[in-house]
Amino acid sequence: MPEKIPVSLSVNGVETQLKVASWTTLLDALRDHLGLTGTKKGCDHGQCGACTVLVDGRRVNSCLMLAVMQDGAKVTTIEGLANNGTLHALQQAFIDHDAFQCGYCTPGQICSAAGLIAEGKARNDDEIRELMSGNICRCGAYPNIVRAIQQAMGQS
Amino acid sequence: MIDFQYVRANDVADAVRQISANPTAKFIAGGTNLIDLMKEDVERPSRLIDISRLPLNKVEETLHGGLQIGALVPNSDLAYHRLIAQRYPMLASAILAGASAQLRNMASTGGNLLQRTRCYYFYDIATPCNKREPGSGCSALGGLNRMHAVLGTSEACIATHPSDMCVALAALEATVHVAGPTGARAIAFADFHRLPENTPQRDTNLEPDEIVTAIELPARGFAVNYTYLKIRDRLSYAFALVSVAAGLELEGDTIKEARLALGGVAHKPWRDTSAEAALRGQKADRSAFACAADVLLRDARGFEHNAFKIDLARRAIVRALTQAAAGTPQSQSDKKVR
Repeated sequence: MPEKIPVSLSVNGVETQLKVASWTTLLDALRDHLGLTGTKKGCDHGQCGACTVLVDGRRVNSCLMLAVMQDGAKVTTIEGLANNGTLHALQQAFIDHDAFQCGYCTPGQICSAAGLIAEGKARNDDEIRELMSGNICRCGAYPNIVRAIQQAMGQS
Repeated sequence: MIDFQYVRANDVADAVRQISANPTAKFIAGGTNLIDLMKEDVERPSRLIDISRLPLNKVEETLHGGLQIGALVPNSDLAYHRLIAQRYPMLASAILAGASAQLRNMASTGGNLLQRTRCYYFYDIATPCNKREPGSGCSALGGLNRMHAVLGTSEACIATHPSDMCVALAALEATVHVAGPTGARAIAFADFHRLPENTPQRDTNLEPDEIVTAIELPARGFAVNYTYLKIRDRLSYAFALVSVAAGLELEGDTIKEARLALGGVAHKPWRDTSAEAALRGQKADRSAFACAADVLLRDARGFEHNAFKIDLARRAIVRALTQAAAGTPQSQSDKKVR
């Protein structure tokens, strides 16, 4: 068996200790070790964005990160966005605008949009589309995703 | 993924010591390309040396009026850095034309230089590839080669370098600072990446026991008349079929200085100073731009599926130089090419 390496993560505000093999991605650590299956595995190659989470406040593809390299990091997943039962503005906006069909890409879309709003670089629909291009929606809900992000941006 | 040992480097000297001690070890920083290649079994390092915590994450002014960019500055931080946006907007634009927001947040400046080709055969371990397995042959030569090179190819390899950032760094005449067991050295950007020739397994002239520590930009930034024009199969998040970094210095409508580099067409960012010389002293108009394009592309040679790139590159060069001369650089969000 491969050597297990201890890793400390703060996941959605909870200090967490785990032991993982060197090759365990952050995505697999979240899903398989911590049971946080909201973050989805789509392509597993950084091409679809379904695995997007926030690490120290920045949106990243968790499938291309080694968990051992994130020792000490603060990770926010889709499970950590709501506040005491109140949906995050983006979660509510996705519902309001029916910004999904099958829903598989949605946790990644919402975490990516949270990163986008924090970055503060998108000012119009073109810029939202460009800066969300790392999140693929094969159902094609893009127009409503852009509207939902516009709504949440207006509230932030 | 394969099993491997994981260690951290304490400082640059420690990183160099560790990589020198183990020829099957690799550095990891952002990991956006390396982890992907390890999942595909293309890269099989026995040990990863984590350099991501080394203090190489600053953008600093140099004594020569330029900027020194630490090798670990994330691509997104670099693109949005105040001094880059003000003085080297061509570089900011090129970075923002590449990858996705998530990948740019992860990928490092040094790593961007060292990313491998996205040739499908390089990625597919069931097929011959001289870059992956020297001597096995090139599957792209007689295979699907739509995305492949039209300049500087060899019988051994027709892969392209995938970076957008590097095309701007070539046009700006950046310098790559590296450290190795015998000390530090500086490599001119034009000499950093290699043509495939008979050794396509070597993408760059970085030695296996060296580490990239910084990228230096000279004072000249072409901040007024520049563009980065990227042509691809979809409007975002795709590698270039052809891209053009162009910078001009004008006096009235006469070209005093010109820079021109192409992406998506060769094993390295393609810059040819004779094309720039052809622009110098000329009136900044379409005929001068077309002449420069002809010089830059004079040795271009297409393969079964990619000959279209030669005409596309010619038109993209003229368009890019027109944008640069007019001071109307290509927007990376509004995708209309004007």
